[in-house]
Amino acid sequence: MVVNDNIVELRHITKRFPGVLALDDVSFEVRRGEIHALVGENGAGKSTLIKIITGAHLPTAGEWIFNNQKMNECSPAISKAAGISVIYQEMNLMPHLTVLENIYFGKEAKHGVFLDKKRMFVDCIQRIEELGVPLNPNALVCNLSIAEQQVVEIIKAISEDSKFLIMDEPTAPLTGTETENLFAIVDKLRNKGVSILYISHRLDEVFKISDRVTVLRDGRYVITMNTVDTTRQLLIKYMVGREIGQDYPKRETPIGQPVLEVMGYTNSMLKDCSLTLHKGEILGLAGLVGAGRTELARAIFGADSITRGTLRLNGDTVNIRSPKDAISFGIGLITEDRKSEGLLLNKGIDFNIVYANLRNISKAGFVSKKKEISITQSNFETMNIKAYSYSQLAKTLSGGNQQKVVLAKWLATHCDVLIFDEPTRGIDVGAKREIYQLMCDLVLEGKSILMISSEMPELIGMSDRILVMRNGAIKGTLIREQVTQESILELATE
Amino acid sequence: MNVRVQNVSKYKKMSKYGIYIVLFALIGFFSIVADGFFSSTNFFNILRQVAVYGISAVGMTMVIITGGIDISVGSMMGAAAVGCASLMVAGLNPILAIFLVLTLGLFVGLFNGFFVYEVGIPPMIATLATMSILRGSAYIISGGLPVYGFPSSFKFLGQGYLGPVPIPVIIMGICFILGYMILEMTSFGRYIYGIGSNREASRLSGVNVRKVMYSVYGICGMLAALGGIVLLSRVNSGQPKAGETYEMDIITAVVLGGVSTTGGEGKITHVIAGLLVMGVLLNGMILMNIPDYYQRVVKGAVLLPAISYDMTSQKSIARDA
Repeated sequence: MVVNDNIVELRHITKRFPGVLALDDVSFEVRRGEIHALVGENGAGKSTLIKIITGAHLPTAGEWIFNNQKMNECSPAISKAAGISVIYQEMNLMPHLTVLENIYFGKEAKHGVFLDKKRMFVDCIQRIEELGVPLNPNALVCNLSIAEQQVVEIIKAISEDSKFLIMDEPTAPLTGTETENLFAIVDKLRNKGVSILYISHRLDEVFKISDRVTVLRDGRYVITMNTVDTTRQLLIKYMVGREIGQDYPKRETPIGQPVLEVMGYTNSMLKDCSLTLHKGEILGLAGLVGAGRTELARAIFGADSITRGTLRLNGDTVNIRSPKDAISFGIGLITEDRKSEGLLLNKGIDFNIVYANLRNISKAGFVSKKKEISITQSNFETMNIKAYSYSQLAKTLSGGNQQKVVLAKWLATHCDVLIFDEPTRGIDVGAKREIYQLMCDLVLEGKSILMISSEMPELIGMSDRILVMRNGAIKGTLIREQVTQESILELATE
Repeated sequence: MNVRVQNVSKYKKMSKYGIYIVLFALIGFFSIVADGFFSSTNFFNILRQVAVYGISAVGMTMVIITGGIDISVGSMMGAAAVGCASLMVAGLNPILAIFLVLTLGLFVGLFNGFFVYEVGIPPMIATLATMSILRGSAYIISGGLPVYGFPSSFKFLGQGYLGPVPIPVIIMGICFILGYMILEMTSFGRYIYGIGSNREASRLSGVNVRKVMYSVYGICGMLAALGGIVLLSRVNSGQPKAGETYEMDIITAVVLGGVSTTGGEGKITHVIAGLLVMGVLLNGMILMNIPDYYQRVVKGAVLLPAISYDMTSQKSIARDA
């Protein structure tokens, strides 16, 4: 096989949706056996490009070639048959079937009309061993970790003789070690001659595993580079179209009186958690996945109940039993999972923005249209949401813009204490920076922020103090000046 | 602000008014082929025929927008009719009887709300049980026989007129106006849509989901009872089988009106159109002397393409968006 031969060639691909040009004359190629990273801000057109390659969308103009074959009339079935597979963030496995049944679903080995279980089992074991992962073919998928499920997806894809694998943010739900394991697998796939289009917001990963990297911006092709010839700074510059000096905005906010005092919060997930949040402070909450950070946030917000503990707000003991109570006391929670807990996906941006604030803009139960429009307008502009109208449905927005809508909703409530749970998960560098700036502006206004994040540089860069949680308990406090990733990890791990 | 000029696709506009197109096409068709169809008397006739369905459809619309369903409304009508009739026969003042029956409807709705919200039974199953309980109760109260012999003043509700307009039509109109105001103009209405769209996000936005769910089922039960009372007044006797299978026609009208059974979407103004499509279709066929059995076939045959059209145009919007 010729090394420089291209598996995918995109030529002048344009995709136009009503009112939006999602892709504008994009051309680049992926070589055989390379790991090709695709980066760009949210809304840059990466998802649309995937949908074109997988046949979910037809391009408005342009053509593309896969494995020397023109793909003008592509459909999901054609794309799959040609050997293209996608590993999404969300798994598409059947949870109540076993690993083996999932892998061979739709292409079972048979003896006449009966299943040839033995052959499938042997074949399955062989594939699992090839990748060097411990996985039981007879385990139920619902009992597997997300990382293991991902491996099942990958085996499923290569068992279909995929020549081209698209991985869309595969490491987003994974822990550090799991990510390392995934990279080892990806490396093995490359050695087997599988080409990979790797999409990630985590630039470190791009540098770690990719051979070449392509940047998209606002639906346009910007550049393709050999990964070794570029730097993080340069890549960010291409992605946002402007130079980003430092990652986190500077601020000199005076820390004031205690605003929120949580004492002895205990429930099935939490053990005697106490914390104090001051006026104008950003308090970071660090810990590994499952350490109880989200659970603590939900307990403070009244979304989960507690068996013991008290909460003082500006010195007064208050009883918060539901999110409604919390909001009436001026506490807001920006949840980790914006799609299932933050947004009304089939409602418009305007509907979402005022949703938590209806009480304040209604008289005798009737919503004031005038106030609704003015709140929508001002927050739409503050958050710099990119959409073609206020009533555009939330589900049609990119991830970063969806997050901005969620933030706009909470800004509209004028809460004094805001809990941000993974506020920048799955969104691009530019939008991240806007969110950091917003958080700084908020504390400057005298609000207080409790911030949960799994990205340590972000947590260290933003927080005044960091609390570290482990097994549902708070294990220590670190002051900004003395905090390092190592000191956090020391407290966070056993 | 990065607002790119949006030219709303024709499809989107079409689907928005799709049900009205069907309605006017049917009116046009019957005006040509059915004698006596196109007259003001007949139009009020149609309205009066759909009034009982329409009153209940307002509550049903709210329930379906929250992502639920209430199939007990037909039985609620039967129980309300028999209950109201028995109370009046027992000598109770009609106004008091009506009040009691409406309260009963409210409580039956809250009962549904309890099992749907607190216990978490799927709405279809919870209200299926209520449906059976209510229908059985109607037969028990009446002993299986029609209940009649109540004050003639009560007739006004179902048979009276205000000018040329039948009273049931006025009651339906008031229900639709109130329903419109609740759904389109109040925060409570927003919560109904919001809960149907994403219940957990609603709770985390400070919505008292319990209150909204109870209220919606309560309203639905009460309006079904009101429908039953109007029906009773129209036929002038309390039939234990009154309102049988009405739930299906009511749900059909609501769904024809584009209210999504998965929740969160739908306009009550379109439900009026959905209701009228049903009414016009039935009335037109009666005027054309089409036998009842054929009417049922035609009803189903018109519903499927109408809903299919709506679904496909919605899908194409989803694809384009």
